[in-house]
Amino acid sequence: MRTLKYSILTLIGIVHLIPFYILLGMALKPTEDTSSKWIFPTNMTMDNFVNAWNQAHLSQALINNVIITGSSVVLIVLIGALASYPLSRFQTKWNQFIYLLCISCMIVPALTILVPLYSMIVDMGGINTYWAAILTQVTFQLPLTIFLFTGFISSVPRELDEAGSIDGCNKFMIFFRIILPLLKPITATVIILTGLNVWNDYQFSIFLLQKVSVQTIPVALSQFISQFQNQISWVAAGCVIGMLPVTILYLFLQKYFIRGLADGAVKG
Amino acid sequence: MKKKMWGSSTILNVMYVPALLFFAVFIFYPFIEGIRISFTNWDGYSQQFSYVGFEKYINMLADKNTWTTMSNTVIYGFGSTLLQNVLGLAYALFLDQQLRAKGLVRTIVYLPVIISSLIMGYIWYFFFQFDGGAINDIMALFGAQPVDWLASGPRAVGIITFVNTFQFMGVAMTIYVAGLQSIPKDYYEAASIDGANWWSQFKNITLPLLMPAITINVVLNIIGGLKLFDVIVAMTNGGPGYASSSLSTMMYNLYFARQDAGYAAALGNFMFLFIAIVSITSLILLKRKEVKI
Repeated sequence: MRTLKYSILTLIGIVHLIPFYILLGMALKPTEDTSSKWIFPTNMTMDNFVNAWNQAHLSQALINNVIITGSSVVLIVLIGALASYPLSRFQTKWNQFIYLLCISCMIVPALTILVPLYSMIVDMGGINTYWAAILTQVTFQLPLTIFLFTGFISSVPRELDEAGSIDGCNKFMIFFRIILPLLKPITATVIILTGLNVWNDYQFSIFLLQKVSVQTIPVALSQFISQFQNQISWVAAGCVIGMLPVTILYLFLQKYFIRGLADGAVKG
Repeated sequence: MKKKMWGSSTILNVMYVPALLFFAVFIFYPFIEGIRISFTNWDGYSQQFSYVGFEKYINMLADKNTWTTMSNTVIYGFGSTLLQNVLGLAYALFLDQQLRAKGLVRTIVYLPVIISSLIMGYIWYFFFQFDGGAINDIMALFGAQPVDWLASGPRAVGIITFVNTFQFMGVAMTIYVAGLQSIPKDYYEAASIDGANWWSQFKNITLPLLMPAITINVVLNIIGGLKLFDVIVAMTNGGPGYASSSLSTMMYNLYFARQDAGYAAALGNFMFLFIAIVSITSLILLKRKEVKI
């Protein structure tokens, strides 16, 4: 029984690692080596990585990703935390309506308004600019953020607010001095969830960021692939480079990643 | 007193004004514009267009690609929901036992969740591609002819559903693990004293008490599956023709490739309505089944 259980456990682990094994093998294999994808290369090479890095302009894409994700996450946390305080603490009919409006934006995918959104951003002169990409990303991550923050704030005892107001804090000071410092754990969740969404986003980036100078990693990879379809090992190397930053972060912070997700879901 | 409280709290509402501004500019205004555009024959860039009434909607309903796409979208939505939940729950039950290295396995199963779906799609493309694909290599080992897996629409839809499941089943698993751990252990002890076997414990204790987790997973997966985009673009680009296309990729194609912005907007509105109805209905149906501990 024990052996059986451990065999199943090992099998699950191996099956889920196979795609990454194949990818890595392809990326490390010299182009002239045409052996099966299942055979790991014996004479490994870094050439594919060098080519992918240069041809797909991945260094620029990496910088763009950092700029867009970084700025988006800062705005998301700031605007989201601000909005959540009155929405969770002062539930007037009107505020409940506003909250519902925010949350309903979470259910319906943003892509349904692709046409008007794109044409509006064209009119604003926002195509191929950081700001349009950042503002769009922020908008579509805000519902989830507000959902998480309001859920968390309503679990903070109201006595704390009252103690603050007895000490002479006004409502804004209560938020900035008392509530905001308590939001650290949920802020970590928000940063991870929304940061990942923005970092990996393809559906908006593909039409907002078409130029090499502004494109993010997923966009750069998709263009690279349509350009070098027969250089499949370069493509594989590009994919490895593309997934490396989040994978490293995940391996170091996996507790936060997994807990953040479970928290986010269970609070619903 | 009451009036004063209300007065001082109202000022706080300025705190959500920035968020509302974002929604107004990037969601509400485009949404209304989208309704307007769907009644025009606009091509997406020129200044000239005219209002054509319901023509685009009528075209949409008459277009057989719409219905292929629609049925694909339903399969992506409900197929991956079913697979992710069955597998996610099975994994969670298995990993809920005392096993060494189960944390490592959980980390591995969860890993694809954090990777871009586009990259995930490319990785699986290497498996299913015709020339030198990893699956065809195995087929060759057994002397079988290579198969062009993604060339057939229905098969491509199945493969894409599988890839989406592979990528996101870690989410379902994690939520189920958390759900299982929140069930008090004495329930099982009491049940086994009463002589209940594994199945009846599962059916009468585990499942009912997991309902909140099931609700979350099902709704998350339905929404995720119905809007599927990246993986499809990476693996088949909706092809051949529209055979593996989802509503998202079809809309994208209508707008950027066929330059039929009116039609694309109409399809977008249709998709909005469809996903809203499906996800809200399933949320309500599932919420009704939840029990309190």
